[in-house]
Amino acid sequence: MSKPKPKIKKEAVVMPKQDPKERGGNFDEVALGYTEEQVVAEAERCLECVKAPCVEGCPVEVDIPALIQLIRERKFDEAIRKVKEKNSLPAICGRVCPQETQCQASCTMGKVGDPISVGRLERFVADWERKRGYEVPQQSASTGKRVAIVGAGPAGLTAAADLAKLGHEAVIFEALHKPGGVLIYGIPEFRLPKKIVEAEAEYIEKLGVTIKVNAMIGKLYTINELLEQFDAVFIGSGAGLPRFMRIPGENLCGVYSANEFLIRVNLMKAYDFPRAATPVFVGEKVAVIGGGNTAMDSARCALRLGAKEVKIVYRRSRQEMPVRAEEVENAEEEGIALEFLTNPTKFIGNDRGWVKAMECIKMRLGEPDASGRRRPIPIEGSEFTRDVDTVIMAIGRTPNPIIQQTTKGLEVTKWGTIVVDENGKTSIEGVYAGGDIVTGQATVISAMGAGKKAAKAIHQHLTKKK
Amino acid sequence: MYKIVTRRELVPHINLFEFSAKEIAAKTKPGQFVILRIDEDGERIPLTVASVDVGKGTITVVCHEVGKSTKQLGNLKQGDCILDLLGPLGKPAEIGKLGTVLCVGGGVMVAPLHFQVRAFHEAGNKVIGIIGAKSESQLIFEDEMREVCDDLYVATDDGTRGYKGLDFLKELLKERKIDRVVVMGPVVTMKTVSELTRPHGIPTIVNLIPIMVDGMGMCGACRVTVGGKTMFACVDGPDFDGHQVDFEELMARMKMFTPQEKLAFVFQEEGGRRL
Ligand SMILES: Cc1cc2nc3c(=O)[nH]c(=O)nc-3n(C[C@H](O)[C@H](O)[C@H](O)COP(=O)(O)OP(=O)(O)OC[C@H]3O[C@@H](n4cnc5c(N)ncnc54)[C@H](O)[C@@H]3O)c2cc1C
Ligand SMILES: Cc1cc2nc3c(=O)[nH]c(=O)nc-3n(C[C@H](O)[C@H](O)[C@H](O)COP(=O)(O)OP(=O)(O)OC[C@H]3O[C@@H](n4cnc5c(N)ncnc54)[C@H](O)[C@@H]3O)c2cc1C
Ligand code: SF4
Ligand code: SF4
Ligand code: FES
Repeated sequence: MSKPKPKIKKEAVVMPKQDPKERGGNFDEVALGYTEEQVVAEAERCLECVKAPCVEGCPVEVDIPALIQLIRERKFDEAIRKVKEKNSLPAICGRVCPQETQCQASCTMGKVGDPISVGRLERFVADWERKRGYEVPQQSASTGKRVAIVGAGPAGLTAAADLAKLGHEAVIFEALHKPGGVLIYGIPEFRLPKKIVEAEAEYIEKLGVTIKVNAMIGKLYTINELLEQFDAVFIGSGAGLPRFMRIPGENLCGVYSANEFLIRVNLMKAYDFPRAATPVFVGEKVAVIGGGNTAMDSARCALRLGAKEVKIVYRRSRQEMPVRAEEVENAEEEGIALEFLTNPTKFIGNDRGWVKAMECIKMRLGEPDASGRRRPIPIEGSEFTRDVDTVIMAIGRTPNPIIQQTTKGLEVTKWGTIVVDENGKTSIEGVYAGGDIVTGQATVISAMGAGKKAAKAIHQHLTKKK
Repeated sequence: MYKIVTRRELVPHINLFEFSAKEIAAKTKPGQFVILRIDEDGERIPLTVASVDVGKGTITVVCHEVGKSTKQLGNLKQGDCILDLLGPLGKPAEIGKLGTVLCVGGGVMVAPLHFQVRAFHEAGNKVIGIIGAKSESQLIFEDEMREVCDDLYVATDDGTRGYKGLDFLKELLKERKIDRVVVMGPVVTMKTVSELTRPHGIPTIVNLIPIMVDGMGMCGACRVTVGGKTMFACVDGPDFDGHQVDFEELMARMKMFTPQEKLAFVFQEEGGRRL
């Protein structure tokens, strides 16, 4: 019996969201996720392409067609198992992957209508599993080999999970008091609830991984010292060093790096101040400088903390913004204004050392630069001044430098990133690296991809070494 | 969890805590600090290490109760535990054989200064110590300092003990040949001493304690201007050349959260009810 070919549904099933007016006043998750009916309806839209271009777009090659087939059959348990073969943090990826440039970018359905909402499908099955309790996969027999992992961000967590599954003992050393990296200290609660990051980290512990928090490598132990206790080391220390513009007035009170602002609000829970002890100050007129995810997250946090006016000031135009499309849409819905082709030139303080205004200059776009985006050029004489009482600098982050400074024999680029070969191997035998520390700031899933690749290489290194 | 193996009140509102922290103790050098968190809702509190006992696996800090979090720490007892302890952080103090070293400590920071003084003493320097406090009743670590200083001077803001204020330093700097000055204490003290040593051209190291959050170079809350350049005190310091530091900016930045901190303090005193 041949099934009649279903009619193509061009529009994606809409995911319910918290009302924009209401959510500006709370830190609850904005996107609410599909229901069972909705997830199946969205999966039904898939064209079952033979070559499945969606899979190529995913840095860890999740078997998307199989996932979709299992969702259609409502076999959610099997669906999540399928995803987890490739991706140990699906609840996170489903929420924060820039799907429109990855799995959904090349989706065939996207050529005629909305691409299949792969991220939302993945999110659904991950949430389904979390609500029912994690299934811990069978472990390989212990190999007796020990691997130290530096940093509990997506790169480190993934590498550790994969190594544990292969029977190696993996110990993560994390400097902060909680695992998750940017997922826990940077990305806000309303976009990625902390309990999800905590649950995924717990799952990784269930695989047999030890996570040692409050352990800063380079200070407590050097990489060279770790090599005395472990058979291999993986460095996933991320790009957390905030960049500033080096313009006058940047150290005035009321000027934060996005990292400081987000660490206070997310990791330290300043939104719950004074019950949580760490304060944060947000004035009435907030300017966020930058155009990426960090800028968007900072702006939306400032709004939720009571700012009257929040403006994102970006030196290029909308097309060049390196941010998840969905989040710009959410931010604008919430009332955040975007000001393009504008760059601050100095911050002006009052007599108590607080910022009270900023001077900006208008920009125009010239030829594309090394990043392929058109270079912004200042327009002479276009300076103007605006009142602000809070400024958040979200113009980028560079690699954390401590490990590079304290490790003998580690080859580093002039940007401070660690040099690795195609398998993630560094210039030191037995030491591997991956994630933002190698690429500079990138994405969660690319960091995970790097963690996976390195885990594979470490496994080969450990099993051949006799 | 990290256990408090000793808690002792030195003077009212200044307490000494010895924590069991074997790995940290083995690595900490004078001038370095730790960051601790009392509980799940706790702030990250930076404190400079005042001594270590590698054999016993402990580190000691001395903390002045100035606000919500330090008061909460002050309320803990021997045998209690704190949730998080991270360290050692910051660069160690530069200790070497320099000749005569003048070490000036103010308030609670006399305790961690003592850790350095001992090291300078053991490195074969002649050490002149100055310890100060608001008032006689607030002076700490006098005996410990006397043990490792060749000469020790005492000063108080109100003159209840020793010299009144730091004016006597002017004479001292004229009379003695000093190769290095180290100052730990309130910002005003560091600023005053740096101004006094500047005309003599004596290298003066100040130990800066701006507001910090992570203490590992990721937030920039601790940024200070030194010689016109922005530095992160937690990773580039905490020791800097006192003649190059922009103290005005530092003082303004250290008051950044004062209104919020007062609110937190009241909240705590009210028993943690929602305001
Ligand atoms: C605000 C913000 C929003 C973002 N939004 C998105 C998004 O929506 N989608 C997306 O795909 N990407 C997003 N990104 C980027 C993404 O989070 C990063 O690319 C990714 O987290 C990198 O992973 P990582 O494991 O390499 O490093 P990190 O996540 O930075 O983790 C590194 C970990 O190492 C620890 N560490 C550092 N030094 C040491 C040391 N010496 N010893 C021990 N531990 C150490 C750090 O504390 C940290 O926990 C965002 C980034 C930010 C800042
Ligand atoms: C590297 C470093 C080392 C330190 N070492 C010691 C030490 O050995 N012993 C000790 O008692 N204190 C030390 N401090 C200061 C201590 O960390 C603060 O007093 C404490 O964090 C204040 O917390 P609180 O909530 O109790 O007070 P808050 O309510 O936060 O502040 C109360 C008052 O203290 C001021 N203050 C806030 N943060 C700091 C800070 N980081 N430094 C100085 N003043 C501050 C505020 O301006 C306010 O007036 C150190 C600070 C740093 C950065
Ligand atoms: S490319 Fe799109 S339509 Fe084709 S299999 Fe993948 S998800 Fe389905
Ligand atoms: S991991 Fe990310 S890129 Fe890969 S399929 Fe899932 S949402 Fe898409
Ligand atoms: S305290 Fe965060 S960078 Fe120094």
